[in-house]
Amino acid sequence: MNGVRGRHVVVVGAGPAGLAAARAAADAGARVTLLDAADGLGGQYWRHLPQARPAAREQVLHHRWDTYRELSAAVREHPAVTVRASAQVWSLDRLDDGVRLHVLVGEPDDAGRAPLALAPDALVLATGAHDRTLPFPGWQLPGVYSAGAAQALAKGERVAVGRRVVVAGAGPFLLPVASSLLRTGAAVLGVHEASRAGALARWLDRPWELAAVPGKAAELAGYVAELARHRVPWRAGEAVVAAHGDGQVEAVTIARLDARWAPVPGTERVVAADAVAVSHGFTPRLELAVAAGCALTPGRFVVVDRAQATSVPGVWAAGEVTGIGGADAALAEGAVAGAAAAGADPAPSAVRARDRARGFTARIEAAHGVRGGWVRWLRDDTVVCRCEETTYGRLREVADLTASRETRSVKLTSRAGLGPCQARMCGRTVEELLGAMDPGGPGVDRRPVVVPVRLGDLAALPDAPELPPTPATTGDPT
Amino acid sequence: MTSHRISAEADPVRPGADRPLTIVVDGEPVTGTAGQTLAGVLLGAGRREWRTTSGGGAPRGVFCGIGVCFDCLVEVNGLRDVRACLRRAQDGDVVVRQGPDRAGAQEADR
Repeated sequence: MNGVRGRHVVVVGAGPAGLAAARAAADAGARVTLLDAADGLGGQYWRHLPQARPAAREQVLHHRWDTYRELSAAVREHPAVTVRASAQVWSLDRLDDGVRLHVLVGEPDDAGRAPLALAPDALVLATGAHDRTLPFPGWQLPGVYSAGAAQALAKGERVAVGRRVVVAGAGPFLLPVASSLLRTGAAVLGVHEASRAGALARWLDRPWELAAVPGKAAELAGYVAELARHRVPWRAGEAVVAAHGDGQVEAVTIARLDARWAPVPGTERVVAADAVAVSHGFTPRLELAVAAGCALTPGRFVVVDRAQATSVPGVWAAGEVTGIGGADAALAEGAVAGAAAAGADPAPSAVRARDRARGFTARIEAAHGVRGGWVRWLRDDTVVCRCEETTYGRLREVADLTASRETRSVKLTSRAGLGPCQARMCGRTVEELLGAMDPGGPGVDRRPVVVPVRLGDLAALPDAPELPPTPATTGDPT
Repeated sequence: MTSHRISAEADPVRPGADRPLTIVVDGEPVTGTAGQTLAGVLLGAGRREWRTTSGGGAPRGVFCGIGVCFDCLVEVNGLRDVRACLRRAQDGDVVVRQGPDRAGAQEADR
């Protein structure tokens, strides 16, 4: 305990990074408030059956479940930690000497949730990421899920999204998703990784670094062995390029890809399937970091220093908002950020663990990062914006008509990105298709209202924050 | 049935025994177990679409499963625009499909 006693640290997000940060801050002497929008702890990584339906062998679906048990017990039992679940932070104001968070506490999307405002001495952002799915013809059909959805439903509901499921996209995340589907009684017809062998070999760059984190290699090897046991083919350089069906998925088209992820003509084959789980990477949840004014990297992650401090005094960040590095990195970053936010020197062991785990961020991007050739599997009638049902053809037409590649004007005319998801699903895709990436700037990730809030709740707030003028993304989702 | 919930007996995570609950979806009873979300109950019962888009009149259900995409919106007990993937089901919940035919009501609710 070498921090500033009694300093109030708010941690947003109770996944691996947030849990580690909350414990480290409390151990360093701070008073900690841990917020999460979900009604339980663990985040997406450790999503599990709820209290109402406790499982005897939850560890079957998790890596490092013991770490979760230990961390969640530590924060729940620590006298200096207040855990607030079902607490949705919906906006952040910048003050002269810090920030103020506006929170609604209660059932998701309920009317009349209890407002809460917090102006902490230090803020740790551990808001994580959601998966990113590139559009393809038919991806709006029921039966197409993000890989994260298949995982969340398997872990949190013990629901399999289908009987015969195709898993596709890019990244090591596809492996635990296939594993969870198998352990929920589904048949996995195949796992199709877009990157080809040449790119995947980048995993083996600098092997001495890999050797320093043996747990990671063992984890991946375990998944590969499980797929082999179930005779699930894993194929590199392939993608689901279309989903077909009358009102729901009945089949998918799988094609081989070239090194740029463009489908190779003549390699298409149709596979009967009743569900498909597709993700091509992750998008960090940047709303609060952008609202706080945190500097971003060209790839649009939060810039942090050796102590996980952001460019804004009093604000730290840890986990996937700083780079997609996995749970080991998130745990280590959280431990460093929590101690630093409490005014203490982070434990050297946590700093070393963070430095070791960080290597995976670059490794994942090098091996699995989105390559531009995927655009070739789009057709003019392919839905790009799921909310507003804006097609690829319409988006191009508007871009040509307005002679503008500026995202905002194309969005306003085509309505792409103006629906209730606030461009979370299509925003980066629209930017990519328009060639308007806003490197280092927030681009589509500026969302002053973090989640849609009911107008009645806004009106009822005692000290409603001043909202900047925004397009039609505020207010109720419809 | 495509989407389905694994039975407690067959489940390697060994969840506690089911505590059945029933929700009413567009007038029809649908049974799940306590602790499930509305989306979990619907998918567990083999239903995978429960909204109609206002533009193209297309069916939608869960896509992201974690509250990000807003595809799974339903009206619950008279309250519109509730994300089915986040809201825990309560016995007796009345769930109504949202769609273009309700556009007028939607404006009136604001």
